[in-house]
Amino acid sequence: MTDSRYSQFTFNTVEVGAGLTKALGLKRSDVIGEISASGMKGRGGAGFPTGVKWNLAAAARDEEKYVVCNADEGEPGTFKDRVILSEWPYLLFEGMTIAGYAIGASKGIVYLRGEYTYLRKMLEDVLQKRRENGLLGTNAGGKEGFTFDIHIHMGSGAYICGEETALIESLEGQRGEPRNRPPFPVDTGFMGHPTAVNNVETFAWAACILAKGGAWFKGIGTEKSTGLKLFSISGDVENPGVYEFPMGITIKELLKKVGGSDAKAVQIGGASGRCVPASQFDRAIAYEDIATGGSVIVFGPDRDMLEVAENFLEFFVEESCGQCTPCRLGNVKLLEGVRMLKDGDCSMKYLKELCKLGETMQTASKCGLGQSSPNAFLSIVENFKSEIIGRTGVYA
Amino acid sequence: MLVTERDKLTGELKKLVEECGGDRSALIPILQEVQKRYHHISDFAMQIIADLLNIHPVEVYGVVTFYQFLSEDYHGKFVIRLCQTVSCLMQGTDKVAHQLETELGIEFGETTPDSRFTLEWANCLGMCDQGPAMLVNDQIFTRVTPEKVHDILEACRKAFGPHTAQMMQEELV
Repeated sequence: MTDSRYSQFTFNTVEVGAGLTKALGLKRSDVIGEISASGMKGRGGAGFPTGVKWNLAAAARDEEKYVVCNADEGEPGTFKDRVILSEWPYLLFEGMTIAGYAIGASKGIVYLRGEYTYLRKMLEDVLQKRRENGLLGTNAGGKEGFTFDIHIHMGSGAYICGEETALIESLEGQRGEPRNRPPFPVDTGFMGHPTAVNNVETFAWAACILAKGGAWFKGIGTEKSTGLKLFSISGDVENPGVYEFPMGITIKELLKKVGGSDAKAVQIGGASGRCVPASQFDRAIAYEDIATGGSVIVFGPDRDMLEVAENFLEFFVEESCGQCTPCRLGNVKLLEGVRMLKDGDCSMKYLKELCKLGETMQTASKCGLGQSSPNAFLSIVENFKSEIIGRTGVYA
Repeated sequence: MLVTERDKLTGELKKLVEECGGDRSALIPILQEVQKRYHHISDFAMQIIADLLNIHPVEVYGVVTFYQFLSEDYHGKFVIRLCQTVSCLMQGTDKVAHQLETELGIEFGETTPDSRFTLEWANCLGMCDQGPAMLVNDQIFTRVTPEKVHDILEACRKAFGPHTAQMMQEELV
């Protein structure tokens, strides 16, 4: 709306309120049907089909249900939710209201990360306007018998709270330590009630899907990864920023569009994602190939990949909640290993042991943070062996 | 702590708990407000909040020590958080960090002796396309350069009031 960089985005072409009006004219099950027909998967990164999630939440039997928006965008290199919150907050609230109607919830909560406190006032103002215009509250959107309101809950600086069960723990006033799943939040969520937790972008697209139809969304992207997606591009490129691309775009095409063709590697999916070397730039960004929440960090020819691995592991050592051992201790060991590699003190034998440890962490950690924390390290070791081993000077 | 100070704090916390609602899910909003007003959460405050919410004080302590934006130790009036994530680093965070330490005479993790500034590292602030990024209380600064550091700190020094991000913004505009 305000920023010309985003004028071509689909979010700008959708008429304000069209999605909600359409949804409230449909039966609840048809709203979910439309979302299912679009084939949309969660835009936060995990890629769970949104239609399935809403269906489960709708089917859960409880008087009280919740819609929670995960606006705890903490993945390094991700900032597309910040842009959605600043440019199209009404789409987010529309999407949440649609979800509330679809699953039969009367309360929505936005869990906004503490680092984005400066956005809060603006968001509260938008919510207040929506209340005044009858889009929230009793008979929301003019729909008889549908009550829905949204309030904002501030996070307090913990990356782990982006994990949905940790987020719910945090909403309940606890330490943000992930729960065992199952039971999943759609069944036992906030205060034990069924809760649909979705990413900011997922809600915004849901509003667009209702406005433009599920078939429209399904017609874009690949068969398994439908639709459009926002990407946060940073690092060694000419034009960093937020871009809208169809799912299934190859890394090569993407780099061409953002001006980063001389890259030697690209980190897809933030610190918990994978590092892809130039030799694999033909691969597609899609759930069936390289999945992502939208973070793309580009590394130019002169970047030291060990420093990248060190930075990400420092991040995980700091952000691990400490609940389970593989993650709490594993990341410390991997970080030590990277520092040994940097000093040339790591033998090949030990490096292999570290890789085994990484694999153990992937299987044995309790939540997504621990399971994905060794990804960057493992992919850097795998793809940049010559760069790393050159420094060890130790024979395997 | 003087008895009168304790009574005053207890009164304020009681009021705050009433405003936020007395159940467990109000704990974090309550602690955020305490942090904002008093720049730290003292043992005494934790005890009182625990009593008011009818939970064990160690539960409150557990929450305070878990979240980065809540702290037992006294924080300065201005908490400066510099993003240490790789995208920002690639755009020159090191120099900004060094300049901040030089201007303030403290290292990361410390508070100036006049209790005005605390310097901390933060993880990704979501400004990766406009780094280096830095938060001063709630306000975000992007494309920070070593030269800009001085101006930002000066604006802080001129601002008054308990929570001054807003005023600082006016100062800088």
